[in-house]
Amino acid sequence: MKKENELRNKKRYIIIGNSASGVSCIEGIRENDKEGEILVFSDEDYFNYSRPLISYYLAGKLKEDQLNFKDEKFYEKNNVKLFLKTRCEKIDLKDKILFTTYGKFNFDYIFIGTGGKPIIPDIKGIEKIKNGLFTFTKLNDAKKLERYIEDKKVKEVVILGGGLIGLKCAEGLISKNIFVKIVELSDRIFANTFDNIASEIVENKLKENNCEIIKGNTIEKVNTKDGDLKEVILKDGKKIKANVLVIAIGVVPNTEIIEGINIKKNKGIIVDEYMKTNIPFIYAGGDVAESIEFDGNISVIAIWPRATKQGKIAGINMSGGSKKYEGIFIMNSIEFFGIPTISFGITNPKDEKRCEILKKIDYEKKIYKKIVINENKIVGGIFLGDIERAGILNGLIKNRIDVSSFKNLLLDEKFGLLILPETYRKHIVKGEGIEV
Amino acid sequence: MVKRIIIREEYCIGCRLCEVHCITKHSKTKDIIKTYKGHEPKPVSGIYFEELGHISFAIQCRHCEDAQCIEACLTGAMYRNENTKAVLHNKEKCIGCWMCVMVCPLGVIKIDKENKKVASKCDLCIEEGFPACVENCPNEAIILVNEKGERIEK
Repeated sequence: MKKENELRNKKRYIIIGNSASGVSCIEGIRENDKEGEILVFSDEDYFNYSRPLISYYLAGKLKEDQLNFKDEKFYEKNNVKLFLKTRCEKIDLKDKILFTTYGKFNFDYIFIGTGGKPIIPDIKGIEKIKNGLFTFTKLNDAKKLERYIEDKKVKEVVILGGGLIGLKCAEGLISKNIFVKIVELSDRIFANTFDNIASEIVENKLKENNCEIIKGNTIEKVNTKDGDLKEVILKDGKKIKANVLVIAIGVVPNTEIIEGINIKKNKGIIVDEYMKTNIPFIYAGGDVAESIEFDGNISVIAIWPRATKQGKIAGINMSGGSKKYEGIFIMNSIEFFGIPTISFGITNPKDEKRCEILKKIDYEKKIYKKIVINENKIVGGIFLGDIERAGILNGLIKNRIDVSSFKNLLLDEKFGLLILPETYRKHIVKGEGIEV
Repeated sequence: MVKRIIIREEYCIGCRLCEVHCITKHSKTKDIIKTYKGHEPKPVSGIYFEELGHISFAIQCRHCEDAQCIEACLTGAMYRNENTKAVLHNKEKCIGCWMCVMVCPLGVIKIDKENKKVASKCDLCIEEGFPACVENCPNEAIILVNEKGERIEK
């Protein structure tokens, strides 16, 4: 097969993973190479779906056929061979062969976009749970949870972890009239992204919606009977009756595919600014990849826009282009029970004295805005309740704009493009290649 | 054919006619009086009009080449029209996750909180061929140009 490829001078690209980064990689490859073969492997059974939407599915807001972010024509149009329910097991770097549960395949390039997998903590007795233990990152997780709750007529669920995944899962369950208890190790929810005030506003909203939040605590032990979960025991000894436990304390890069082979990894697979690993024909991107980010550090930031950016850049470079990844900072846009929130970068600086912090709060209207400035540049911010022009702040962070001349207007009602320095405004307004 | 709207803020007189005509063109009747005084809900304008002191200007989606909103969209609702290269928005797919709002450095995407949808986004009046805002700007503060930057007149 390889010989045939060589004769036709046609490249074969293999993409492992069919989520945000993998799909964007297809688009990147096709920018340069319309002829090459693209094979996409997924161990799931869905031609395409958006993982962040599973909480909408659980809540009943979206049906299964509404979860796709690309339609079936996309794969057809891009001439992609999609292998579903196929697990990739090993890459032979020497002979350039990929071993899968569907057989082996030669390749010229591989893109690894295997994403993250949930962290399962070391809880006493957890291995004995046969029924009632769930995670919440894939569509099948949401389906299993939904089915279990219906079949067993579950009324209460314990979620371990008050971060993004735990909270979105909680929201989905609450809208099904399930009573949810969130156990969070930190002293507040969404602690990685929010500050005290934003956490408090969202916590209050959760409590109003029949959700109990147990903070500064964790689950130490679980009790089961014949494999059915019966009870969770917290660090402080408190016992909670529970038939369902959802583990949502975070994800780690899913690097199984490179185990035992010479591809460098730290937490994630290490890639350079072209999304290339230490092996010139193996690329990686998205939640599995560790790359140099906006702050200059090499890290994994598990967010959708990073995955799509990196997948596309990898695709462009694999197919002969040359595009550099510029790095990103953490950002999230999440709505909790009708309160929209957008947060960027450092919202809770460790060294508050060195930073200047601007705040504006209206508890009644549930509007909160915070901007963190360091050395005259914005390094982070929170928009809660009123988010419409939050993107302008994103641009100011990304372009490292000195805000000293207009910072008094950043939280003003007049906040908009006109308060920005004229040169920057004209720069972002004109678009590429067009003079104003 | 790729077209772009260019903003010349020096010429903006702050009349907001761009907004009026954008709203009218995106209404069912396309009639200015019926749009403003009729019973149907008035569409939201795709233009952000800003005024500060003596400066004013109107901005709409720039249809960026490297469109951050398309990259960030969780549902595929934000997409590029392959022929015109305009960035368009499919309301059916939109669930109001506001990822586009988060990444647009111009902050020009308007939201409809009630219905959890992007409320409005400039579509370059793609179906009609010529943007209503440009057509009705009395002082050429917004003009339409082609790929080479040459001005296109209706």
